Order: sequence, then C-alpha cells, then structure tokens
Amino acid sequence: MKIAIASGKGGTGKTTLSTNLAMYLAEQYPVVLIDLDVEEPNSGLFIHGMLIHQQDMFKMIPEWDKAACTLCGKCQEVCNYHSVMKLGSMVMVFPELCHSCHACSELCPAQALPMQAVKMGELKQYETGKLSFVESRLDIGQEQAVPLIANTLDYVEKNFATNYLKLYDAPPGTSCPVIKATQEADLVILITEPTPFGLHDLKLAIETMRELHKDFVAVVNRFGIGNNEVFHYCESESIQVLAKLPNDRRIAELYSKGELVYPQHQEFAEQLKVIAQYITRMQERHL
Amino acid sequence: MKIAFTAKGTGWDSAIDPRLGRTEYILLYDEEKDELSAIDNREIEGVAHGAGTKTAQMLFEMNPDILITGNGPGNNAALVLKQTSMKIYVGAGEMTVKTAYDAYKKHELKEF
Repeated sequence: MKIAIASGKGGTGKTTLSTNLAMYLAEQYPVVLIDLDVEEPNSGLFIHGMLIHQQDMFKMIPEWDKAACTLCGKCQEVCNYHSVMKLGSMVMVFPELCHSCHACSELCPAQALPMQAVKMGELKQYETGKLSFVESRLDIGQEQAVPLIANTLDYVEKNFATNYLKLYDAPPGTSCPVIKATQEADLVILITEPTPFGLHDLKLAIETMRELHKDFVAVVNRFGIGNNEVFHYCESESIQVLAKLPNDRRIAELYSKGELVYPQHQEFAEQLKVIAQYITRMQERHL
Repeated sequence: MKIAFTAKGTGWDSAIDPRLGRTEYILLYDEEKDELSAIDNREIEGVAHGAGTKTAQMLFEMNPDILITGNGPGNNAALVLKQTSMKIYVGAGEMTVKTAYDAYKKHELKEF
C-alpha cells in the first residue's frame, strides 16, 4: 500500500509526520519511507540508519547530431516545452526546459536527436530496524524535480515487495512535483495548520486531490493556535480530520535537535497512534 | 535600422512590456520607411513552459538590428538571441514605446 503525506502550505509538518509515522509503523511491519521532496530532502535529518545503497540518477535529454539533421523542423513542432528549437541552420536544445518526453527524438525522421543520459541527482537508501529509507536529492542547477521523483518511484517499485507499506514524504505546494509524488498513492494525508494561511492552502491541496480522484484525509498540526476555520471547512466538506497534533514548544525543541517526537511526547504519540491504526486497518484490507 | 520593442499595446504610446518571454506584443519600427508594425504575442499567456525561448525564436526570425525591452532576456532566451547580431537594450520597463525610443537615441538605455 502507498500513502503520500502532502500539504498545500509548506512547513506544516509533512516531514515530522512522515518520519514519526514511518518509524512508529515499522515497529509492527516492514515500511519504506521515501523522501520525494527532492529539491530539499530533510527526512534524513530524523532517520539515522545505515547507508546500504547509493546511485546516481539520470534523465534523458536529446543531443543534436548536426551531420544527420535535415533541418525539417519536426522536433520543434512536437516539443510542448519549447526546449528544442530550430534557429536558422542549427537546432538548439535547452536541457533545463526538457521534460524527457522523447517526442523529438522518436519523431525525428533523420534520427538526429538521440537521447543521452544526463546526471540530475543522487539516490540513497538507508536501513534501520524494519524501516527502510530512500531519499533522492536533485543536483544544484537542476530545475526539474519531476523526472527525479518519477525515477525514484520506479526504484522503490523495483526494490520493495508489495508487503511493504510505502510512505511518500511529498514536496509542498500543488504543482507538478506534488502531483507526481501523490499520483500512485492509495491514500493522501493532507497535513495543515489551523490558521487562515493553512486553510487557504489546504483548499488548494484538496482541489488538486479531487481533480486526481484521490482518497484523502486531513491531519491538523499545531492544534491550539489560530482558529476553528479549518475544522468548520472540513466538516462542511465532509472531510475526515484524522488527528490533531498538539502545538507544544517541546515538539519544536525535539524537532530542532533532529529527534523523533513520539517516543518523548505522550500526547503526540496518542494522536500518531490514531493515524497508524487507520493505516493499519487500510493495510489489512489491502493485502 | 529595424528596432523591436516588447510592448503592452500596438502604438507609440503603449507601455513597454518589461517581460521578454511573455510580452503581449512585439513592435517593429523600420526607421528608413518610418513604419511601426505590431505582432500579437498574447497567445503566450497560455504557454506553460518555454515562453522565453519561444518569443526569442520569434525575434530571431524577425532579426531586427536593435531590441528594446525592460528586464532583459533570461538565460535560455539570451542563448537564442546570441545567435543573431541584434543589440539588446534593457531598462525601458517603465517607459512608453516613444520615450523608450527617444531614450535609446540619446544613449540613455543600458546595453544587455
């Protein structure tokens, strides 16, 4: 089973929930946590495992073969991203704009745009007890998260059997990287905070998940600050608020030290347990 | 000399569009013929990716001697424009097409 932890707003607790939930669930059955926030992965700050695998990650980019090219212009006609361009008697490729869709390369009648592997980042896999942890990190200068997220998901599919619970720590926002990170999930947990900003971005995240026909539930973090609007909204939209993680300075202190919260904070642990039970029930139905 | 402007309208009184990739119009002034013509680029609003390279390609095809704009091209658009001999002047983002042209004539615009 696959569960994504996402949010509209950044800094609402995706990583806090992902890491604590992953470690907690791994006490019961095999879990793999995957940090898909490849632009700034930080789950690794809280999961202290042993590095067991490391590999470079590549994306495919067309390279212009001047000698073979007939300058027919088909490549720029089929490119949706304006990343291949015929300029007079030359063809220019803009790797940062390329989405690796292969269209120009496949449809070139002269095979003048062969795809080449270009390094875009790095994947690392760690183990600690029953928890496996995979993180990918985009190289500096690389602009596109989606190809790395897609390749990381492929890696996880190939290397972890279906009895593993897969937890995806998604990037913030509602754009392409989030869509890619949640696309295959059986359930999306949307974490928010009970503030006007939290509500605003929760609504955007909910719209996105509805568009994707995803099952989702909400979790409210920093319960105790802000107002009741998030709860009113979820009630009026019949959205289940699965848990309320308390607002407590001690949680922030543990977080700032890179420590997991639930072993040292009872109220947090109780709420985490509610989420874990919900997932375990789903997992039992799923298997 | 043929001078291109990124603009928000089609006449001399139109404001310069500070954006290159997503400029609404490209105006072309032919000094010899004293003719000002406009190309509608508003469909760029619906383009999600590569607006810079797309508009730069259009300028490449037009091949003016001079381009007057606001913020200047981004990296990718600049790579396209480098394939031409056109000179790019920036910093006209707050001007009208007319005042930008006058400023260029008085060497008050910065070359990109």
